[in-house]
Amino acid sequence: MTPNLPIYMDNHATTAVDPRVLAAMLPWFTTKFGNAASRTHSFGREAEEAVDKARDQVARALGASSAKEIVFTSGATESNNLGIKGAAHMLREQGDHIVTICTEHKAVLDSCMALEREGFRVTFLPVDNQGLVSAAQIEAALTEQTILVAVMAVNNEIGVVQPLEQIGAMCHARGVLFFCDAAQGLGKVPLDVEAMHIDLCAVTAHKIYGPKGVGALYVRRKAPRVRLEAMIHGGGHERGLRSGTLAVPLLVALGEAAELAVAEMPAESARIGALRERLHGGLTAQLEHVYLNGHPTLRTPGNLNCSFAYVEGESLLMGIHDVAVSSGSACTSASLEPSYVLKALGVDDELAHTSIRFGIGRFNTEAEIDYTIGRVVEVVNRLRDMSPLWEMVQEGIDLKSVQWTGH
Amino acid sequence: MAYSEKVLDHYNNPRNVGALPKDDPTVGTGVVGAPECGDVMKLQIRVNADGVIEDARFKTFGCGSAIASSSLATEWVKGKTVDEAATIRNTDIVQELNLPPIKIHCSVLAEDAIRAALADYKRKNAALQGTTP
Ligand SMILES: Cc1ncc(COP(=O)(O)O)c(C=O)c1O
Ligand code: FES
Repeated sequence: MTPNLPIYMDNHATTAVDPRVLAAMLPWFTTKFGNAASRTHSFGREAEEAVDKARDQVARALGASSAKEIVFTSGATESNNLGIKGAAHMLREQGDHIVTICTEHKAVLDSCMALEREGFRVTFLPVDNQGLVSAAQIEAALTEQTILVAVMAVNNEIGVVQPLEQIGAMCHARGVLFFCDAAQGLGKVPLDVEAMHIDLCAVTAHKIYGPKGVGALYVRRKAPRVRLEAMIHGGGHERGLRSGTLAVPLLVALGEAAELAVAEMPAESARIGALRERLHGGLTAQLEHVYLNGHPTLRTPGNLNCSFAYVEGESLLMGIHDVAVSSGSACTSASLEPSYVLKALGVDDELAHTSIRFGIGRFNTEAEIDYTIGRVVEVVNRLRDMSPLWEMVQEGIDLKSVQWTGH
Repeated sequence: MAYSEKVLDHYNNPRNVGALPKDDPTVGTGVVGAPECGDVMKLQIRVNADGVIEDARFKTFGCGSAIASSSLATEWVKGKTVDEAATIRNTDIVQELNLPPIKIHCSVLAEDAIRAALADYKRKNAALQGTTP
């Protein structure tokens, strides 16, 4: 059976809004459009109640002990900025050193670099060849001056899951704040800010079948009480941490999406994980020289990132144009640099150019997986037939021994 | 990336994919680019006794624009003399394929591949003539 085309299999980039989430948010655009800060009439009060419920849903999804620990934002980029810069500015007197890892999302890396320009010092730790960092490695990088450790829950390219519990426990033992970008983690892997000793945690709705443009930052209030410097000033919304009239429909959607994501995670992980294994198994059964990028098991169920050696990624994407996936190839990026995440894993540039990220999500079906396998196999074979590298390898030439004329 | 009709056409129906015997004295082979840069092109020409390129073949590891540039290059060199083929410029390829600025280097590579193939052919022939006293 041919599935409907095109197929969306890029669920790390964003996800479709779940119809249940959409249904929950719609009334808050039209009949229930009040400003949650208007306490003087029923329109405002019902909006405030909706916001309270959403805050509660997000708090619960993260294992937070109080809904007061949730600050609503425009998404994970803003949450990352607010959490990292806000904490650093507040702790400036105590220290000027931050530790993070070089496979973080740009929103974290660039926030750290902005702090460097203000005089903070940042250690960007390497990861191992499967994309992981250990608590011991982080601990070894701490100094008397370290105020914050920022490590993501799940990487957006290779889906690897960092050992958050060990990192958090170590940070708390050493009296350093632990910030976690969990944009790709919520609903995909168990998250619990208490058990994992997370002090600041960024999430976003559009990775969990909610709308774009809304997210949250968890800010611990007890043991330790985390204080932040606000970035957006105004009417004092969100306890002064993020002014601006609350986007009630979006917050309702985030709350609903977060609750669904966590409630359905066990069943969904099993189903999506099986689809991922089917995809990986199907591809490797029919193609040789397919290399998995990132840890084989410590990764989210929906992530498959692999390199199809000797076939450049953008040309592969072009061939499978009715399946939406993405590539770590330089040719697909504005910078013409291959993926910095794959580079950090020590993946050869040559293989990074041939990498494809499949992001399987809630709405993908087995028929779509089977169609994708067929397309990828067909196009990889076609492109290998026209690849000079493939030809050389077939002739037994070691590509590393060739004198290339490259730039 | 939005591809032009012509890039799509060359990508979907590449002209002259394949290989010519590289040790044949009438064949010139050019291999340019590097796997680490994400693009490698191999372009080959077969030159007849009148100095006319009667056949050409390519293989390319690279994006769709690189594949289209090299496919077009094989079409263009065919029927040209060795000297005429040397006048093909990457800007002609950019124009014909409507390449966006970020893909200009793919056309540069195709021009380099033509030149490398021509140089290889000339080098072989000079060597041949040298051996017949
Ligand atoms: C790990 C990670 N952090 C942050 C972001 C940014 O999130 P948002 O698009 O909500 O700003 C993303 C998504 O692009 C992400 O994958
Ligand atoms: S080969 Fe990389 S952009 Fe064309």
